[in-house]
Amino acid sequence: MTHDTGPVLHAKGISKFFPGTIALDEVDLRLEPGEVHALLGENGAGKSTLIKCLTGAYQRDGGSIHLDGQEVSPQSTADSQRLGIGTVYQEVNLLPNLTVAENLYLGRQPMRWGLMARRRMNAMARETLAGYGLDIDPAEPLTAYSVAIQQVVAIARAVEMSGKVLILDEPTASLDRDEVQLLFSVIRQLRERGLAVVFITHFLDQVFEISDRATILRNGRVVGTRVLADVSQKDVVTLMLGRQLEAQVHERKPAKAGDTLIEVDGLGKRGMLEPLSLALREGEVVGLAGLLGSGRTETANLMFGAVPADQGQMLLRGKEISVSTPREAVKHRFALCPEDRKTEGIVGDLSVRDNIILARQASQGWMRPIPRAEVNAIAERYVKALDIRLASLDMPIRLLSGGNQQKALLARWLATNPDFLILDEPTRGIDVGAHAEIIALIEQLRADGMALLVASSELEELVAYSTRVIVLRDRKQVRELAGAEITPENIVHAIAEHDAPTEEVAQ
Amino acid sequence: MIRSTHLPLLVTLATFVLAYALCASAYPSMLSTRVVANLLTDNAFLGIAAVGMTFVILSGGIDLSIGSVIAFTGVFLAVVLRDTSMHPLLAFALALMITTAFGAAMGALIHYLEMPPFIVTLAGMFLARGAAYVLSTESVPITHEFYDVLQGLYWKDPSGGRFRLIGGIMVLTFLVGILVAHRTRFGQNVYALGGGGQTAKLMGLPLASTTIGIYAISGGLAGLSGIVFSLYTSAGYSLATVGVELDAIAAVVIGGTLLTGGYGYVAGTFFGILIMGLIQTYIVFDGTLSSWWTKIVIGGLLFAFIVLQKGLTWATQARRRTTTGSAAHS
Repeated sequence: MTHDTGPVLHAKGISKFFPGTIALDEVDLRLEPGEVHALLGENGAGKSTLIKCLTGAYQRDGGSIHLDGQEVSPQSTADSQRLGIGTVYQEVNLLPNLTVAENLYLGRQPMRWGLMARRRMNAMARETLAGYGLDIDPAEPLTAYSVAIQQVVAIARAVEMSGKVLILDEPTASLDRDEVQLLFSVIRQLRERGLAVVFITHFLDQVFEISDRATILRNGRVVGTRVLADVSQKDVVTLMLGRQLEAQVHERKPAKAGDTLIEVDGLGKRGMLEPLSLALREGEVVGLAGLLGSGRTETANLMFGAVPADQGQMLLRGKEISVSTPREAVKHRFALCPEDRKTEGIVGDLSVRDNIILARQASQGWMRPIPRAEVNAIAERYVKALDIRLASLDMPIRLLSGGNQQKALLARWLATNPDFLILDEPTRGIDVGAHAEIIALIEQLRADGMALLVASSELEELVAYSTRVIVLRDRKQVRELAGAEITPENIVHAIAEHDAPTEEVAQ
Repeated sequence: MIRSTHLPLLVTLATFVLAYALCASAYPSMLSTRVVANLLTDNAFLGIAAVGMTFVILSGGIDLSIGSVIAFTGVFLAVVLRDTSMHPLLAFALALMITTAFGAAMGALIHYLEMPPFIVTLAGMFLARGAAYVLSTESVPITHEFYDVLQGLYWKDPSGGRFRLIGGIMVLTFLVGILVAHRTRFGQNVYALGGGGQTAKLMGLPLASTTIGIYAISGGLAGLSGIVFSLYTSAGYSLATVGVELDAIAAVVIGGTLLTGGYGYVAGTFFGILIMGLIQTYIVFDGTLSSWWTKIVIGGLLFAFIVLQKGLTWATQARRRTTTGSAAHS
């Protein structure tokens, strides 16, 4: 890092308001030339809002941005590109129908006599990409190459066009380990060239591997900027989550678990989740803890067959079963309440009754409709049991409050009488009262002998109901906590620590 | 090197060669330059409109208005030349300006209001057809000596084929279209738009001017097509060229352009036009077949090309998966 030249980019007091919320509150960000600067924070902390203000996708409501000492106000992404701020997104933002060279020079092709000089463009592209360690034919279509190479081409385009600040928004999310290393070697090279690189990711290991400093956001505010060589992962996680690491004593209920219901052996999918093993007994709640992007939802989806696994096996009561589609999972009496209930769960315009009966009817097959009276009985039973507050069973479910929608979704799956219930973020976005009720319900279901797998980002909540907690990091199972070990502090330690033996083998 | 993106074009070429060979084996006289010359003359107006349609479809859009715009242009010219003393060249320029502006306006609506091209150009289709009716519901003959001069322009091949002016205009339109599509920034932007509008925006491309330009080209070429059509028929009739937009879309698709945008060649459309013309010529030569067989064969060809495109999409996706996989294991 060189300090003598002053910051490349200095954002001071950036504020951004959305109706009802303050997305960014006086955020400062200072980027030195030749540094990789990580931007960290949980979902909703304001990372992407800050990036969008810097790239002109949003107009800031307060503060100033200085680029090389000059105040700038980018009005659009094209504008910020011209000013020198280039961005590369998680999804490769290049065009699959064009060649590598066409993508690299789109909008600034070399011209001769008013026409594109294609041969010269290809030669220039080959030379440029060689500088990034890529020896590929730029006349080939972009899709002839892997995602990692496409990502490097996207970086090359951003750097060649802008060349002062490079923002990498989760560039490694769909890359595997070797591909990440290819990307990192390119980033290191750019750091040598004096670029300021902003690196956004949920993978803390990668942050510590490549970044010099990190700015941590929480709830739209900067909670600290740290030189990463001076701090541990635990410090960073503590800043991100904003938790005092005090031991909280929880009354642990004795695990009166029954027979083993499900055994998972090495279940995984390349690029999504590293092999994971766990056993679940009847009357047990296993919690899945980890930061956003650590593989919680992926685990839930793999176990339900929403995403087919490509390795490992699953045993139900000692017998091997195949769960490659949700249909098969439902047949084995599995149920999944997804994280994003708006898009993956409720059918907004259907009535509450129809929403509740959906999974039960689906599992029976459409040839055998459930009699109207039985439908009503089932719906009424769960509305009563879960205390879903509604005006009528016929009202569209989208009119219910978030908590009641969540309970109706739970009712949908409980109506199928599952043996194994997977809940992904069951308490996200619902009010405090409903929150407590859902936790009580989880307790109740466990006591009735159901096996539950609950993924949640609320540590206190996990501690309250889990009989065991599996901690995930970077899409990998890193710790399993049981009994008295389950405290928020231990979970945070496990998320942050570098103690998993698999890690060392893999590196 | 043959790339999978070239394959539809190659299939189109092969289809054309095969179709021509079949025709020629049945009726050797179809090889004569006279037939070739007529093929170009008879399909000139459709070919010119199809160039514009190629740009629209490459960008991922559709233009349903061109049939109506062609008819409007014809009626406009006929009425203007009947009722005023305006020189045809000036009338041509006026017609081109009106149709280009009409296309540009539709492009602006599509871009700024984020409306589906299907709806906007459907509205344009009714508007242009309605405007043609307002000008005249009758077929208006065009009798102007300048028209006779233009219609009399041809180059006669020694073996008897007459290559007329309007066929030449079509070939020229295709040549310019090929240059614009493949060798200019605008052309690249058209492909970029078809490859992914959101991505193109993030890459900093001027989407507004590109979208407006695309529909302006389509409108303007429909206007040129209308001029050519009026030279071809010496009349303007508001009921003419109904459904020509669908013929143009068929020609573009048979020419190997992906209906969802992003992949294809202007040159392919040229052969798409020739294939469609060839089928018609064959039916004329045969004499016993109903002319509706043209529609049936074109329908069959369209199905075949759509299936081919879907197969290619699957093949490229499968290849993408394997390349990603092999990179991961290396």
